[in-house]
Amino acid sequence: MALAEEHHQAKSAGRLVYRQSVWTRATHWIWAISLFFLLLSGLQIFNAHSTLYIGQQSGFAFDNSVLSMGAVRTPEGLAGRTTVLGDQFDTTGVFGVSGTSENPQVRGFPAALTLPSYRDLATGRVVHFFFAWMLVVTLLVWLIASLVNGHLRRDLAPTGRDLAHLPRDVADHARLRFHHTGKYNVLQKLSYCIVFFVLFPLIVLTGLTMSPGMDAAWPWLLDVFGGRQTARTIHFVAMMLLVAFFLVHIIMVFAAGPINELRSMITGWYRTDPETKRDSAS
Amino acid sequence: MSKAILTRRRLLGIGAAGASSLMLGGCDAFDFLGDRSGNVRDVLKKANDVTYYVQRFLIGDALAPEYAESEVRQGQKPNGSTNPTSTEYLALKANDFADYRLSVTGLVETPKSYSLAELRNMPSRTQITRHDCVEGWSCIAKWTGTPLSVVLDEVKLKPAARYLVFHCYDNMGSGASGPNFYYESCDLADARHPQTILAYGLNNETLPVPNGAPVRVRIERQLGYKQPKYIHTIEAVSGFAAIGKGKGGYWEDRGYEWYAGI
Repeated sequence: MALAEEHHQAKSAGRLVYRQSVWTRATHWIWAISLFFLLLSGLQIFNAHSTLYIGQQSGFAFDNSVLSMGAVRTPEGLAGRTTVLGDQFDTTGVFGVSGTSENPQVRGFPAALTLPSYRDLATGRVVHFFFAWMLVVTLLVWLIASLVNGHLRRDLAPTGRDLAHLPRDVADHARLRFHHTGKYNVLQKLSYCIVFFVLFPLIVLTGLTMSPGMDAAWPWLLDVFGGRQTARTIHFVAMMLLVAFFLVHIIMVFAAGPINELRSMITGWYRTDPETKRDSAS
Repeated sequence: MSKAILTRRRLLGIGAAGASSLMLGGCDAFDFLGDRSGNVRDVLKKANDVTYYVQRFLIGDALAPEYAESEVRQGQKPNGSTNPTSTEYLALKANDFADYRLSVTGLVETPKSYSLAELRNMPSRTQITRHDCVEGWSCIAKWTGTPLSVVLDEVKLKPAARYLVFHCYDNMGSGASGPNFYYESCDLADARHPQTILAYGLNNETLPVPNGAPVRVRIERQLGYKQPKYIHTIEAVSGFAAIGKGKGGYWEDRGYEWYAGI
């Protein structure tokens, strides 16, 4: 648990340090499972009305849409069309129209990306709201545990020295050069902080803004996010950013040594580099 | 010191593997969750009870947001049934609903029925609210109607009454046991809420057929499917297990949540 204490001992041998507390590890895996189901059920829910808007309402007699996935009839058959901020793209096979050429399906996201694979909004909602509760409850557990055990202050909050080393850390990452110490490097700290303190609150609060019940309880949600339909759009954008984080996160795990990284996220123990210089982590 | 342990080729390979496993993620491995009587689904559905209790606690008597006239920028988008074809409804419509009666029955002290003219002569409430469809879209419109609480004060609910069931004229298709008419239900907190109205007016006009003429219910703190159109009977009940397939509404019987505040 005490990363800093172990850290200076780790200089000589490339020894194991206890890097992740059980709170961090347990919540990490619950989030991983929850976000997987939230993503796939969320895309199912999106498919029920595959257009995003800006404002309080959806424009049917006027146009306030920013993203739309639909189908058009062409001489060659059904074709998928995705419109983003006024620009239209042919997305046949992926967005708007997918499935086989004998049996094309008109749907926003393809069957492989939705849960269930077929159109079933009711089930998408059941799954989504269950895992939304899982995510929120484990986030609160993690937040309290991390405040109490010092994980937040000690491991996640970037220090002044971290920030001073930011350019070097960026350069090291760009060259896929990683330092294995007990500590998170500054890019790690910043990306985790953005996920925890920007993206998670954003996706939870915009989710709540879509709830007519919560809009009665907390009408300020609508003012903060500029209306229910804007909230739906922000919810979608936050989802895409979390997917982007996930992809980079997985690539980094592989790049930095998947066995060591996975061990530390399962058992807590992390093997540091031999002869690590004290400051090379930051 | 550390060295680059990853070539660009390997990185691309890993990226492709990651992306393809993501693509495979959905597939149909979890389609069993769509089974309406599945055990896992039953567990997942419990989360909606939590949502119901937490939201009711947070919301209390709060009103749904109301909007300015300028926000009414389009007609109310009709959805679901837009033109009921039952014989009874067609006969009423042919006569411009002059013979329409709204019955209030069940666990009430004095069952009553109201003509459209009688409803219009009762106290009314007009509100500009946002209609949120379960599909995800929203539409702002101005609704005028009789507060349901006014009607409830007249018929006086019996102590055993816990829910109101709204029976509708629109036939959603025939099932094994005959036609499936739309129906919905709400608890007494929603029934007595000041914004819960029996709407007969939309955007300063008589409620048109596609939006539920002659009378539809507005329950503003829940999604659109909780706001039944073409209602003919309000029934006070202690439970709704004996109605339809027992889940409290047409869509609830097909897997949607009874509480639709989210």
